[in-house]
Amino acid sequence: MNARFLRRIAPQIATLAAVVALIAFVFPGFFDISLANGRLYGSPIDILNRGAPVALLAIGMTLVIATGGIDLSVGAVMAICGAVAAWCVRQDYGLVSTLAVSLSAGLACGVWNGFLVAVLRIQPIVATLILMVAGRGIAQLITEGAILTFNHEGLIFMGSGAVFAIPTPVLLWLAMGALVTLIVRRSALGLLIEAIGVNQRASMLSGVNARVLIVAVYMTSGLCAALAGIIAAADIRGADANNAGLWLELDAILAVVIGGTSLLGGRFSIVASLIGAMIIQAVNTGILLSGFPPEFNLVIKAGIILVILVLQSPALRVATTFIKPARSLR
Amino acid sequence: MNLVPESPPLLRAEHLSKSFPGTKALDDVGFALRASEVHALLGENGAGKSTLIKCLTGAYRRDAGDILLDGRSIDPKDTLHAQRLGIGTVYQEVNLLPNLTVAENLFLGHQPMRFGLISPRRMNADAEALLAQYGLAIDPARQLDSYSVAVQQVVAIARAVSLSGKVLILDEPTASLDQHEVQMLFGVIRGLKARGLGIIFISHFLDQVFAISDRITVLRNGRLVGTEPTANIDRLKLINMMLGRELAEETRKTGRVAPARTDTAKFRFEGMGKRGRIAPFDLDVHAGEVVGMAGLLGSGRTETAELLFGVSGHDGGEARKDGRPVRLASPRDAVAAGFGFLPEDRKSHGIISELSVRENIVLALQARLGWMKRISSRRQMAMADDFIRRLDIRTSDAEKPVGQLSGGNQQKVMLARWLATNPEFLILDEPTRGIDVGAHAEIIRLIEELCAGGMSLLVISSELDELVVYSNRVVVVRDRTHVAELVGENVTAERMVQAIAAPEKASAYAASSETVS
Repeated sequence: MNARFLRRIAPQIATLAAVVALIAFVFPGFFDISLANGRLYGSPIDILNRGAPVALLAIGMTLVIATGGIDLSVGAVMAICGAVAAWCVRQDYGLVSTLAVSLSAGLACGVWNGFLVAVLRIQPIVATLILMVAGRGIAQLITEGAILTFNHEGLIFMGSGAVFAIPTPVLLWLAMGALVTLIVRRSALGLLIEAIGVNQRASMLSGVNARVLIVAVYMTSGLCAALAGIIAAADIRGADANNAGLWLELDAILAVVIGGTSLLGGRFSIVASLIGAMIIQAVNTGILLSGFPPEFNLVIKAGIILVILVLQSPALRVATTFIKPARSLR
Repeated sequence: MNLVPESPPLLRAEHLSKSFPGTKALDDVGFALRASEVHALLGENGAGKSTLIKCLTGAYRRDAGDILLDGRSIDPKDTLHAQRLGIGTVYQEVNLLPNLTVAENLFLGHQPMRFGLISPRRMNADAEALLAQYGLAIDPARQLDSYSVAVQQVVAIARAVSLSGKVLILDEPTASLDQHEVQMLFGVIRGLKARGLGIIFISHFLDQVFAISDRITVLRNGRLVGTEPTANIDRLKLINMMLGRELAEETRKTGRVAPARTDTAKFRFEGMGKRGRIAPFDLDVHAGEVVGMAGLLGSGRTETAELLFGVSGHDGGEARKDGRPVRLASPRDAVAAGFGFLPEDRKSHGIISELSVRENIVLALQARLGWMKRISSRRQMAMADDFIRRLDIRTSDAEKPVGQLSGGNQQKVMLARWLATNPEFLILDEPTRGIDVGAHAEIIRLIEELCAGGMSLLVISSELDELVVYSNRVVVVRDRTHVAELVGENVTAERMVQAIAAPEKASAYAASSETVS
């Protein structure tokens, strides 16, 4: 089981190592880590910290994609939940009730998506597109068009605090990833989700309650997006309905794809998706560190990701299997 | 309709064979289509009809044999190539583009050009002229899906004929048409026949086959049963050919005589039905009894099975188990009541192809236990190994994706999935279709074992001889109605064929065919 797990995530680990090695080559000070004000600083920590929102989104997205769906709304849900959290603290809610309301908002978004997909049977890409568009509008209604700033110690801690010198966002995504992985793999959820993703009709004919499970995965995705939204808002001490989580749904999908989960559904690995999210953030950070003019960022990022995906593509795998026996003949 | 008997065949297939992993889909099949002929191709699912068609149209490459068109050997590489050679196909699901206009659909890929640009006016005029030949006066500039399926069907035919023009293959063209539309389509087919085309007509509506075809070829289990002029054949003989029973020959096995059951049935279904799918029926199944179900494709067999398993829901009626009512509104209800269902379409309704043999086996039990009560890995392994041994599932190990197994072994995995839930009532829809001979015999033996162990079974099969072997009773389905129940001495293939065939229906199509020709 363990050997199989390692074999599963080996390509992602190797890719991450290669990207990190490349950055370290261009920017020798990469591995310098220092401790200041009870918090670790340094580029690797920065990758883990900055990658938190995409990592969180990738957790929920992995499950959604495993059922054969997709959730385009997560970026907008981040904006909604960030706005809700900001609104709550400005109304003098306590931290616990603020978090509870904000996370509930994320769950409600998930219920909505799940309802459209599982009950009304709308194609996931269309169903979640509705909230992707409408969600920013809802967030703008909550913030009333302005950036809702706040100065609430507790909420700010979610974004820039540290526990045992480790930044809170890092702990949050690690904890969430571990929790969801445990629940999914220690219960039968993993098997049932994969079964639905491969063949929904056959699963239902075997008695699998596909409808409820599909709603549940979209709810998980909404919850993860809410947490990411809270972190994003806490990080800038304000809720920006227009820019919070903008385009992050695409990074999250990319993280899942780099993690090797098929967009057609079926077999999934949350750990691999999380490594995928870190690969994306490492590329982002690496480009900044290497001193390229910032206008090159997106193009270089696209180039690197293209290389990663080509290396993982089935066509290349077929090609290498043809090459290998030819070599061994010599 | 007087064919010159020695007219040379337009299209001929000789010794055609095609194998897939685990099955021989076509085995040394010969087939000849004459010009000016409507040639019906019949057989149950899995008989090899579609494989034969796919070999003729280049969708599959044949393993062995020869295909001759106008006496010349051809080897169509793909459907496009076959089209250029002169073989056009129209499928049940119209393979056109519904969001383009009728004219665009007709001429897509070879639009009339003017100054290097498509000339819509000329295209529409050409389309109108072309469709007029088919008696269709519609506006070709309108979008295709604004017309009925029947009109779309004719447009598809017009396109196929204008592109190919020698052989036209119609695969279940009437499946979604009403009587009137079928008449119109038949008019078109007769017109094409008069123009000298050879037409292969595939349908499971026997009335229509008798009304339109000149000759009939029957396939069964990938082999040719025979080709006969339609005039020389009646319903009874045709059904015999399709379901594989030469009445003249050999011993007539009777079913194991059912013990005279006076006890109340374990499972009782009263007045269960669903509008448009299956007429209300009563069915009793005792413990330790196999009820067979016979009928042609589309007769309501699968509909009955799906109704009983809660797949389609039912309009009225009641299901009882041990005298107590049970809800059958969804497969989950049925599973909770101790039912299991092996669907006919193993690939898309049965196996979860990418998951392992182990995961496929535990799935139904796990779904029944709920997601919280995960079956431990150790127990999953033990269950999988146990079933692999007991049912002799040929796989390198339990972790192999089930999609990589042969058909027979996939079927055994499906059976294992249900046996793991310890069902009391197992519904098997065509459990022996498309699997190799060895697995076939093993599955029949398993059915007998399960029955001896006290399980109740409902088994649907096109193999009447097979039903005779294991059924205590046989229910015969025709036209979406349960029409007969054969018990004891009457459980013979002969009786089944009679019940399926009779009564000879006054054919609506035949009557009008006289007025046309």
